[in-house]
Amino acid sequence: MTPLRVRIWRGGVQGVFREYEVPRHESQTVLDVVTHVQRQLDPTLAYRYACRVGMCGSCAMTVNGRPRWTCRTHVDKVAQGGRLEVAPLRNLPVIRDLVADMREFFDKWARAKGQFRGSATRKDAFARISPASEQRRLADAAIECIGCGVCHAACDVVAWSPDYLGPAALNRAWTLFNDERDTAQAERLRAVAGDAGCHSCHTHMSCTDRCPKQLSPTAGIAGLKRATLKAALRGEL
Amino acid sequence: MRQGSSWWVALVHRLSGIALALFLPAHFWFLGHGLEMDSLLKWTEQPAVKVAEWGIVVLLAAHLGGGLRVLALEFLPWRDWQKSLAAVAAALTVGCGLALALAL
Amino acid sequence: MKAIRSQTLLWVAQRASAAVLGACVVVHLATIIYAVRGGLSGAEILARTRGNGTWFAFYSLFVLAVTVHAPIGLRAVLIEWLGWRGRSRDVVLFAFAMLLGAMGMRAVFAVFA
Repeated sequence: MTPLRVRIWRGGVQGVFREYEVPRHESQTVLDVVTHVQRQLDPTLAYRYACRVGMCGSCAMTVNGRPRWTCRTHVDKVAQGGRLEVAPLRNLPVIRDLVADMREFFDKWARAKGQFRGSATRKDAFARISPASEQRRLADAAIECIGCGVCHAACDVVAWSPDYLGPAALNRAWTLFNDERDTAQAERLRAVAGDAGCHSCHTHMSCTDRCPKQLSPTAGIAGLKRATLKAALRGEL
Repeated sequence: MRQGSSWWVALVHRLSGIALALFLPAHFWFLGHGLEMDSLLKWTEQPAVKVAEWGIVVLLAAHLGGGLRVLALEFLPWRDWQKSLAAVAAALTVGCGLALALAL
Repeated sequence: MKAIRSQTLLWVAQRASAAVLGACVVVHLATIIYAVRGGLSGAEILARTRGNGTWFAFYSLFVLAVTVHAPIGLRAVLIEWLGWRGRSRDVVLFAFAMLLGAMGMRAVFAVFA
């Protein structure tokens, strides 16, 4: 097979795409390609991965302009004419080469009140939540997020308004909004309302299109819009 | 295509909204002439104006289609077909454009 | 009023006016297409609209809804595409709303009163 020509971002905010020639194999993923470059061609290349089997989300990068998990992206699906371009995730600062600084992504999670706050102690009985209840079904539909950053990278509103909390943080807030045990609902609705929150979502649905776990942050954000509407009309916001 | 259908419908929705917002003051100014409308109406018979009028109606239909999609996504219970609303919006636009084109 | 509360209410006003406009636009488009197909002249249009209380009320509602909807819609564009984040943006948008309202009602009076 003819070798693959892959352009990889080298540098930080300032940098260049450097081209490498990588041998082609059957069933080769983009992560395989990046790993080959770092191990055989240029040990100074910085990149992240962990499980390499599509469970952890660490290997998320921009491949030919789209955010994806590189371990689950087959080269023959994306290489155009034997060429490939790999860059760090969009909408986050670049530490070096393919490594994005995930701190702001998780800070937004915290700002959206994406942490559970309960009132029970170990002395209390278990909470009894039916998995079939409407609220639990809504939470379960959004609960599998592993915080990979792909949706945040795909979102144009985040690109236009860096303060926008973004799909992952709002999706997590939605799962907690639907958690009957949580006691921070009023603060959470205040945290997710307004220009920096759910009201800036314009339903582009890039998040839903790109999510590797097939979640729909757009659905959760719509739910938050309805919840904040009710709160505002009741004077609770 | 790099972007999904919802992204394109949202873009058309925004661009048509901007165009309509810029068009409205001119539209209101024109209509504000009331009695003297006949002399101005003669001006509207030019083919370029007819095309522009058709264009404005298409933009309005596009904006309405996109807007109905947003309202459905935000207020109706979420189902997977919500994602196909982009197609419905586009169909509405085309339908309206055709209706007016046939009338003109 | 806290910022998030006012921003939330702007969103509410945008959706509410959108619902009103949805209905108004359908009626408006149907009317325009009907008038164009009928080949109505200016005088003929005015003969039907002058002194018509129902149409006057309908288009007054239309103008009011547009006065709310258009500036709030532009607000997102000004923030996201022009990066206009200061308070002056909302002042300008309010002025635009007043302009639309004044010109719109002038038109409604000219055609329907």
